[in-house]
Amino acid sequence: MATLTFKGGVHPYDGKELSKDKAIVPYLPKGDLIYPLSQHIGAPAAPVVAKGDRVLVGQKIAEAGGFVSSPVYASVSGTVKAIEPHFVSTGAKVNSIVVENDGLYEEAPGLSIKPFEEMSRDDIIGVIKESGVVGMGGAGFPTHVKLSPKDPDKIDYVLVNCAECEPYLTSDYRIMIERPEKVVGGLKVVLELFGNAQGCICIEDNKPEAITIMQKACEKETRIQVKVLKTKYPQGAERMLIHAVTGRDLNSSMLPADLGCVVDNCDTITSIYDAVILGKPLISRVVTISGEAIANPSNFESRMGTNVAELIEAAGGFKTQEKKVISGGPMMGFAMFDIEVPTTKTTSAITCLAKDAVSESPTTACINCGRCVSACDEGLIPARLAQFSEKFDLDAFQKWHGMECVECGCCSYVCPAKRPLAQMIKNVRRMVMANRAKK
Amino acid sequence: MSDLRKVSSSPHIRDKATSSNIMRDVSIALLPAAAYGVFHFGMNALLTILLSVATCVATEYIYEKLMHKPVTVKDLSAVVTGLLLAMNLPVSVPFWMPILGGIFAILVVKQLFGGLGQNFMNPALGARCFLMISFAGRMTNYTYYALGANSGYDAITTATPLAVLREGASVNVMDMIVGNTAGMIGETSAIAILIGAAYLLFRGVIDLKIPGTYIVTFIVFMAFFGGHGFDGTYLVAQLAGGGLMLGAWFMATDYVTSPITPTGQIVYGVILGILTGIFRCFGASPEGVSYAIIFSNLLVPLIEKYTIPLAFGKAKAKGGQKS
Repeated sequence: MATLTFKGGVHPYDGKELSKDKAIVPYLPKGDLIYPLSQHIGAPAAPVVAKGDRVLVGQKIAEAGGFVSSPVYASVSGTVKAIEPHFVSTGAKVNSIVVENDGLYEEAPGLSIKPFEEMSRDDIIGVIKESGVVGMGGAGFPTHVKLSPKDPDKIDYVLVNCAECEPYLTSDYRIMIERPEKVVGGLKVVLELFGNAQGCICIEDNKPEAITIMQKACEKETRIQVKVLKTKYPQGAERMLIHAVTGRDLNSSMLPADLGCVVDNCDTITSIYDAVILGKPLISRVVTISGEAIANPSNFESRMGTNVAELIEAAGGFKTQEKKVISGGPMMGFAMFDIEVPTTKTTSAITCLAKDAVSESPTTACINCGRCVSACDEGLIPARLAQFSEKFDLDAFQKWHGMECVECGCCSYVCPAKRPLAQMIKNVRRMVMANRAKK
Repeated sequence: MSDLRKVSSSPHIRDKATSSNIMRDVSIALLPAAAYGVFHFGMNALLTILLSVATCVATEYIYEKLMHKPVTVKDLSAVVTGLLLAMNLPVSVPFWMPILGGIFAILVVKQLFGGLGQNFMNPALGARCFLMISFAGRMTNYTYYALGANSGYDAITTATPLAVLREGASVNVMDMIVGNTAGMIGETSAIAILIGAAYLLFRGVIDLKIPGTYIVTFIVFMAFFGGHGFDGTYLVAQLAGGGLMLGAWFMATDYVTSPITPTGQIVYGVILGILTGIFRCFGASPEGVSYAIIFSNLLVPLIEKYTIPLAFGKAKAKGGQKS
């Protein structure tokens, strides 16, 4: 079988050898836990506890604020100290519940679940909704919404996104190596919802051990197969993944379900397994702490709300002056000005770079070389879009399909003039979206 | 909080390629043709090349200093312009011509329009055409001194192969491919130019879209309108003669003055091929590459406007499936 891929993309240094052989270690937080009420796309969750309340591990502390929303659970036992705005890794200030950890880890009863065989479609989606599972690859879209398309019978592919194309990230890789049965189990739960679908576990070909283990784990499954993808950034972008596996092309006016696809991240799938089969709400996730500035790159099973600075300390701290600390990977992650922020449902990694290529590369004039065009997986002309951005020419920007940008960053990465193309394009996209929202 | 921690928008890593690396590659790729020019035409060719490069770099430096702009000579783009200009001059030109041409190229064509990336016309070709129009006699004096058998250097005054072809006489195609003919300093040797082009292709600096369509369109045009049909010798002579090779591989591919859209590059190549054919078949001069390129440079914004690519997922209908 030919390796599956897409057109465009880049091959950055992947840095995965730093942490790929580090087994997942559970980390028990020491300091206060902070639970932002918006860790997902949609309405913020509404607190159901008050200052001074005692909470237990796995106790719901905020409930969904609407259909497109998701509840939040305490990941430690302790006392609610405050409900106040707090900085998160994106630099935004979000209303958050602060819990003082008593270190006892006293557990609340789990989610009420029936045996899986007796569950109806609505039961399964209900448990997933109740468990607080959202897209853990980074977007944080509530999973129960994704699993409730208009016509479930039209879904013919359920794709588990294990591409992990972002440099330095190894959390999905470690999950596949250590918990293959959960990946397969979670996928079987989702396949139960879509009777006509086949399940595909999609892995890039730079992870041969994971491919072997996952193939073994699903060899008895008739509806599940492993799809091997060519290693190239951004293979894990939803549109690129769907294209590589199914040949279907998604644009900004569609949802994956319109093309018969449901795509879920690797850690999301294992969280679905934990919720539906084990009755455990989402209280922890795997976080990679890596980068050249980290003394002992690690993969932690980290409880939600754990302070990032604590996790960095647990990974041996900084061994050299860190030049940049990124929530996520270096291609799409957020540079943080403060590491005293909590990890959330969408924190897949903290990447600490000893060298900041951006500030060390002065920007020069565009020479129209077209490298950004070759790298753009969306078939755009980033150099032109950036020019329109400089002139705030929103009409030309849209005419040149600027709204199709997925902000993968390939254009900025390849630009020999070191122009921040992705950033300029992002700015105008925000402006166009704001204008559309006004109308 | 550390003072040394940087914050910026993603992505946070960058590829190693820089604009000056690219310009350096182009300069390296021009060396075989330049070296052949010096070998074939003698030390005066070297002098012309050095004068031209020095003038271009100095003009850029002085202009930017006077205008209090950041000095950008380190990006090597002026070096490329200087090399290309010299290769577009005959060896017989007086010393002030590469200087005048270099000043015109950098000052008028490049800097007055905003510097690197802003010029709408290839600076070296703009200067070549300026000199050609202003000093037609000197620019078409192809006298050169070749190594004689006994008495040192012998002056050779001869027509260029394209002029010979036009008269209906026959040319030695082998000589044209190697470069043992009269012509501009860097234009005569097709082989030396192709070695440089292969290097650029290998380094990923250029691709085949523009030069490929240019050359193919030109061959087809000449086969139909050249008056010799599909005569292989004639077509090869047309390809190897004049500025076509240098133009197609090194000047039509100039990033700044060619379309950035992939379809636009193909359209551009086709237009170049047709224009060169028209100029060579029906024009007053046997040569037409430089005019074809600067004319097409002017069409670039128009070409781009009509070749905006469809974005990913827009090309197929909703729910479209790969066959």
